[in-house]
Amino acid sequence: MAVASTKSVVMNNVEAVRQTLHEALKNDERTLILGEDVGARGNVFLITKGFIDEFGPERIIDTPLAEASIVGVAIGMAMEGLRPIAEIQFADFIYPAFNQIVGEAAKTRYRSNGDYTCPLVIRTPYGGGVRGALSHSVSVEALFYHVPGLKIVAPSFPADMKGLLNAAIDDPDPVLFLEHKKTYRLVKGEVPSGHYTIPIGKADVKHPGDQLTVVSYGLYVHQAIDAAQRLGTEGMSVEVIDLRSIRPMDRTTILASVRKTRKLLIIHEDNKFGGVGAEISAMVAEEAFFDLDAPIRRLCGPDVPAMGYAATLEEEFMISTDRMADSMRELIRF
Amino acid sequence: MATTITMPQLGETVTEGTVAQWLKKPGDTIEKYEPFVEVSTDKVNAEVPSPVSGVLREIIAKEGETVATGAAIAIIDEIGAEAATEPSRAPAVPVAQLPEVVPSSYGAPGAGPGVAAIPAVAHGNGAARNGRGASSEADRGRRVSPAVRRLAREHQVDLAAIRGTGTDGRITANDVVAAANGSKATPAAAPGSAEPVTRSTYAAPLPGTLVALSQARKIIAERTVESLATAPHAWTMVEVDVSNVWAWRAREKDRFAREKGFSLTLLPFFIHAVVQALKRNPLLNSRFTAEGIQIHRDINVGIAIGLDTNLIVPVIREADSLSIGGLAVAAGRLIEKARTGKLGADELAGGTFTVNNTGANGSILSKPIITGGQAGIVTMEAVVKRAVVIDDAIAIRSMMNMCLSLDHRVIDGTIANAFLGDVKKRLETMGPGGDL
Repeated sequence: MAVASTKSVVMNNVEAVRQTLHEALKNDERTLILGEDVGARGNVFLITKGFIDEFGPERIIDTPLAEASIVGVAIGMAMEGLRPIAEIQFADFIYPAFNQIVGEAAKTRYRSNGDYTCPLVIRTPYGGGVRGALSHSVSVEALFYHVPGLKIVAPSFPADMKGLLNAAIDDPDPVLFLEHKKTYRLVKGEVPSGHYTIPIGKADVKHPGDQLTVVSYGLYVHQAIDAAQRLGTEGMSVEVIDLRSIRPMDRTTILASVRKTRKLLIIHEDNKFGGVGAEISAMVAEEAFFDLDAPIRRLCGPDVPAMGYAATLEEEFMISTDRMADSMRELIRF
Repeated sequence: MATTITMPQLGETVTEGTVAQWLKKPGDTIEKYEPFVEVSTDKVNAEVPSPVSGVLREIIAKEGETVATGAAIAIIDEIGAEAATEPSRAPAVPVAQLPEVVPSSYGAPGAGPGVAAIPAVAHGNGAARNGRGASSEADRGRRVSPAVRRLAREHQVDLAAIRGTGTDGRITANDVVAAANGSKATPAAAPGSAEPVTRSTYAAPLPGTLVALSQARKIIAERTVESLATAPHAWTMVEVDVSNVWAWRAREKDRFAREKGFSLTLLPFFIHAVVQALKRNPLLNSRFTAEGIQIHRDINVGIAIGLDTNLIVPVIREADSLSIGGLAVAAGRLIEKARTGKLGADELAGGTFTVNNTGANGSILSKPIITGGQAGIVTMEAVVKRAVVIDDAIAIRSMMNMCLSLDHRVIDGTIANAFLGDVKKRLETMGPGGDL
């Protein structure tokens, strides 16, 4: 982490994103924000509140409800030298922009043989557990992580939010920046002042241990750490890795940990089938088969079309800390 | 060649057999498959066919003797074998799942209902697994993970020599590393050993010191394990309002100490209530035996006394003949002797029921282990002042929990709670003005 200042302030994830965007707008006049309700409304989570007054409607652009257009316009801006930060109000609404993201942004550098790049950031809140029901709970990472040319990050600690958002803005290629909405105000942490970046593609060991490796990201990292701490009081030692970046994936950190602990549990909220855990699982099986002392296990969202609104359905979809702790115990004892 | 004949396993859960009758005597010739001994268990009586042809050299287990499955019962000199050698001491392999399953390695013709499995011989044959029902759990215990396989190869460790500590006895990577490091990995039990396999769930020893077992600790360890293993413990608890008896005790204690030389605690009041309730519920004052439930004539109450390093349970004999004051003196004497190590053997024997004053250490709920051969144990927990509802008004009362562990073979919850309810009623109706 390249830290410009050692001073740090405690804030939540909303404030970390807001501060980072604000600094980017102030420090680089090529940056601009476009999306639904980002201007007058100041974003539905108030992340860009007041920005329109400070930076004007030419840099804080309220768009129509047309996601393909938001991303398409932003791609054009990026290719022509601006640094657009596009926002999809909820990840559930990203599908109309799928062609622009996958078919255009991710292929720009390749198609132009390096003549053009697409320095675009697409921010979007994702994830459930907030009674958001069908259209405000989805996880979209697995739909995009198959695509070469697209970077995907999903930090869940305020300091990582800022460092990775700065890295995403600085990056010459398109970055899908996923923010778990339940962590927005739930999670607080120290954030260094000033501009710094965290390299995209670098995971972080949030809780060291030596009997089991847990790989997760988003909201579940926090629960996994809670569960690991609980197991610590029972004399069991769990290493929790926060993936932070989904693509590129930090194979080095995962493999080093699995070679040490010999056991792997992957936890994510997105559906199990073809999810990020499937790729991690395959990668470890390919690279570290002879280090494994237990079958790889995944705790993931069930393969149902959506998260229900009813509290019981939502609870069934979301993985509780108790369930995480139970799986951890089982694997350690295996 | 001398062949040691062992007690066959006459059924999956059978662990021992009794020699009912020898059909041959030493010196007699025995044909292979010829019945030569009759064995009985609690499940079957069966004639045991000989695994070899030869001459019965020696009978080891006499008629009427009960021996463990796999233990030697006789030695047969095999005919046609070379010079007789000492019988091998290798453990026998229990092969039989009889009567209907015939072990394939012997394939005894004529083995049918009423004819026992051919007993194992000590030739070190591999266990003849019957084809069906190889359990998946056992399979899991034998399967090794990629890491285990690699580590075993790298460290040249023999996996057969390791007893796994993982789920279902699986050998874990750490087990291999521990074995390679020469730490005391538990050696595997010899296959088919008559010894029951007790699998430790603990990993290799961690750094620390070893405290040698005192005789008392050994006995406590044996007895508690035995009690829990034989008596199915059920547990129940009631709460008692001891405000009145507490007040009574407070009023009497100074005078009592002055006159009798022993302090008046809540214990004798409690024992008295328990003893009276035992009289009303004699099933609690009993012992479970195979023949029936032995109800005792006398009520001899053991009182558990915790010392610094161990626990001792002296007995107040014929406690039903003593008053509260008499119980206070008797208990006081025993406690004093226990603390000074002066209890005689006769003062530790003959208990029919046990009372444990766990509250003395501040406990408010405990799950005691029944003293072996008794039907129950009751605890008196700490007396605490609590807000309780009496007739829709809130009052501050001195409350105490009583916990009962009971041998479920003897009594069920209904009787147990009737007993506890009786104790409760007696304690709650005691009070100043009563007879000490």
